[in-house]
Amino acid sequence: MQIPYAVTERPDTGLNNAKLGIWLFLASEVMLFGALFSSYIFLRVSAPEWEMGVPEAAQNPAVWPLQFQKLKVALACLNTVFLIFSSVTMVMAWAELKRNNWAKHKLYLGLTIGLALAFMVIKAIEYGGKFSHGDFPSTSNFYAIYYTMTGLHGLHIVGGVAVLAYLFFFGKKMWNTEPERFAGRIEITGLYWHFVDLVWIFLFPVLYLL
Amino acid sequence: MSSTEGGAHAHHDDHHHPVDGFMRKYVFSVDHKWIGIQYGMTALIFLLFGFGLMMIMRWSMAYPGVEVPWVGQWLWPDTGGAMPSEAYNQFGAMHGTIMVFLGVVPLAVGAFGNYVVPLQVGAPDMAFPKLNMASFWCYLPGGVIMLASFFLPGGAAQSGWTSYPPLSVTIEATGQTFWLIGMVFLITSSLLGSVNTIVTIVQLRAPGLTWFRLPFFVWTQLVTAFLLLLAFPPLEAAGLMQLSDRVFDTNFFLPQGLMLNGDPLNNVGGGSALLYQHLFWFLAHPEVYVLILPAIGIVGEIIANNTRKPLYGYKTLIYASIFLGFMSFIVWAHHMFMTGMGTSISAFFQTTTMIISIPSVIILTALLLSLWGGSIRLTTPMLFALSFLPMFAIGGLTGLPLGLISSDIHLHDTYYVIGHFHYVVAPGTLMALFGGIYYWFPKMTGRKMSDVLGKLHFWGSFVTLNGVFMPMFIQGLGGVSRRLFDGGEAYAHAEPYLWLNKVMTHSAFLLGAFQVFFIINFFMSIFIGRKVDANPWKATTLEWTDAPSPPVGHGNFEHTPVVYRGPTEYSVPGHDKDFTPQSEPDPAPPEPEPEPEPAEEPAEAPAGAEASAGEEK
Ligand code: HEM
Ligand SMILES: [Cu+2]
Repeated sequence: MQIPYAVTERPDTGLNNAKLGIWLFLASEVMLFGALFSSYIFLRVSAPEWEMGVPEAAQNPAVWPLQFQKLKVALACLNTVFLIFSSVTMVMAWAELKRNNWAKHKLYLGLTIGLALAFMVIKAIEYGGKFSHGDFPSTSNFYAIYYTMTGLHGLHIVGGVAVLAYLFFFGKKMWNTEPERFAGRIEITGLYWHFVDLVWIFLFPVLYLL
Repeated sequence: MSSTEGGAHAHHDDHHHPVDGFMRKYVFSVDHKWIGIQYGMTALIFLLFGFGLMMIMRWSMAYPGVEVPWVGQWLWPDTGGAMPSEAYNQFGAMHGTIMVFLGVVPLAVGAFGNYVVPLQVGAPDMAFPKLNMASFWCYLPGGVIMLASFFLPGGAAQSGWTSYPPLSVTIEATGQTFWLIGMVFLITSSLLGSVNTIVTIVQLRAPGLTWFRLPFFVWTQLVTAFLLLLAFPPLEAAGLMQLSDRVFDTNFFLPQGLMLNGDPLNNVGGGSALLYQHLFWFLAHPEVYVLILPAIGIVGEIIANNTRKPLYGYKTLIYASIFLGFMSFIVWAHHMFMTGMGTSISAFFQTTTMIISIPSVIILTALLLSLWGGSIRLTTPMLFALSFLPMFAIGGLTGLPLGLISSDIHLHDTYYVIGHFHYVVAPGTLMALFGGIYYWFPKMTGRKMSDVLGKLHFWGSFVTLNGVFMPMFIQGLGGVSRRLFDGGEAYAHAEPYLWLNKVMTHSAFLLGAFQVFFIINFFMSIFIGRKVDANPWKATTLEWTDAPSPPVGHGNFEHTPVVYRGPTEYSVPGHDKDFTPQSEPDPAPPEPEPEPEPAEEPAEAPAGAEASAGEEK
């Protein structure tokens, strides 16, 4: 038994199954992160405002802090650059595959994984710094939502790296037998990867700058 | 499967193992039919269990402090067999959770959606068979985790199926944490399932099966899948935040200065219990349409088949369902009028709630008018479908006063609410689902269920369900609160209505007794039910006309069906039989062969449907 349109496009919808599937999955992911962003707004709006020049305000955990004083903006900038570049290399990996250039494809795919790992390392350094200062999720609602959102985003990165690594190390066989299908896999992994990147593009200003 | 259809196929090595082992076939099956049956059986067991919990609770409400018959001594030896109030809270929270998330939705979506949708759209399977299996294997562990929580220190979840903080965060019971973990599994399962359903319907429709030739049931499943896809993630977010409140001591949902048993909690605070309610109901209102839409779809199929006449307003039904699905995302805060969220917000949600009642009434009216002038066959499934109409009407209409702020202030959290939504989900959805079981049982087994037992089951359930739920309106209007383990005995104002507790409890036990007919019928018919041919109901849709009962192996159809007409062409004038299968070409004048791939430009689909609608008149 074979499922129709698993690889080829259905003419009237212009999609194959996997591509429609990943778009639907991403739609639900939008709702997941959307709910967290909404919660962020809700919590922040209902928290007492930070008053400049009132030292006690800094001590009250219920007060929403000035975020850029709490978090390391420079590290996050670096991470933003890493992720944007990883999206570029992801596209390149797919394009090289389409050009039938396996070696270059592997190079770019490897770069994508490398950049993602670099992102995780920086994130770990950030987390470590916070923990050593005694800033845990329970410290204040700002930290709670910060850890929840970046943590969930981090899990998405880990998931993405796992898939990318699988394709990197075990992709050759499918590429040899079913190149179309393999290219499709790279493409939908790429869609997911861009989404994870995009989430960060929103997380960065919301958590670090505003 | 003809390979021309999907174009040049890549070779799927995973589907070509020559021998299917036992595990592959029965446990980790990737065949949508078997997964559907797995879902169905599991869900029925959960339904029975959830109902069992409720029977014990009902006993406690009618006879508070009296030993529960049969099980009391064994469950609560220290109280002499009477149900303690904490146990009532656990059972109540688990009844709601089990019935909604482990019973009705898996039966309506997991079982019927899985089994029927691919067959009705002429597909060999779901679009992603392995995801389908994964979906079931997320659901089952989710359910097991929920059940296991009864045996944990402190017992199962106790803050209702809504799991409202602060109670759900401050409560000690480990079960409350397990509830959250279980929910994460169930949400994952429904995410996988809904992606699969949508892709199957969009991508795997047989040639000629345009959008407006899809059976109405498929449409309801499509809308349902979108609701599950988009509404569950916010609850997942809320669940994760609540989990973090419980496990990492965050304060997402805990305000500052909270008191617990008279003592200050000394928490950091800054959180908001309202935030949780918003996130919860953002899921849970669409969820009630997830509970009802598949049932409406089933009723539509059964009614068309048993009136031998097309559904009245087929397209209107579809548009109403889509509109209903869309609106269901913007009515959620009608559950929160009493929280003091502000009059303008309340007014907004009151308005949207009134608007959403319009498509519901349209659907109900169209189904009712479908009976007009039909030659009705009172088969067992038809009885269930017919009873759905007035029951859903009662459930729906009693909802209006709850959507209006001024009356909701009086009715909120009373038994009136319990009566209202149970009319929708129990005499409504459950009866429709039973109808669906009687209707598609021959497809799944090749045998019919007994009509005598079926009718006994129907009349018994119909009468006793009303005996359980009708008095709730009276109690609720009298001001009796929900979630009272003594049924209201402690309250003077409940005094005049206490006798109704006994009526309801005895009805519930009788209701349980009538389910025995169903259980016997079900298992007996699998083995000795009357054997039937492929299409015993003389239906028009593909699952009956193009596949034997039960459909063969993995792949469903010998040849990919080709569809020539709408889904409910019954009693077409000039035809020799009173049903015209979707896959039957018009004999004369010979129609031009439809293109193997239906063009799907918007202009094209309605044209195809208009042609078929024209024939219906
Ligand atoms: C068919 C037999 C059923 C009976 C006799 C029954 C009875 C009840 C009663 C008496 C309550 C109120 C408990 C209280 O407030 O203390 C209740 C609550 C509830 N029931 Fe049912 N029910 C049935 C079926 C269902 C079904 C099919 C569903 C869902 C699909 C369902 C969902 C719920 C929910 C969500 C609650 C609220 C639980 C809470 O307070 O958190 N019930 N049921
Ligand atoms: Cu609602």
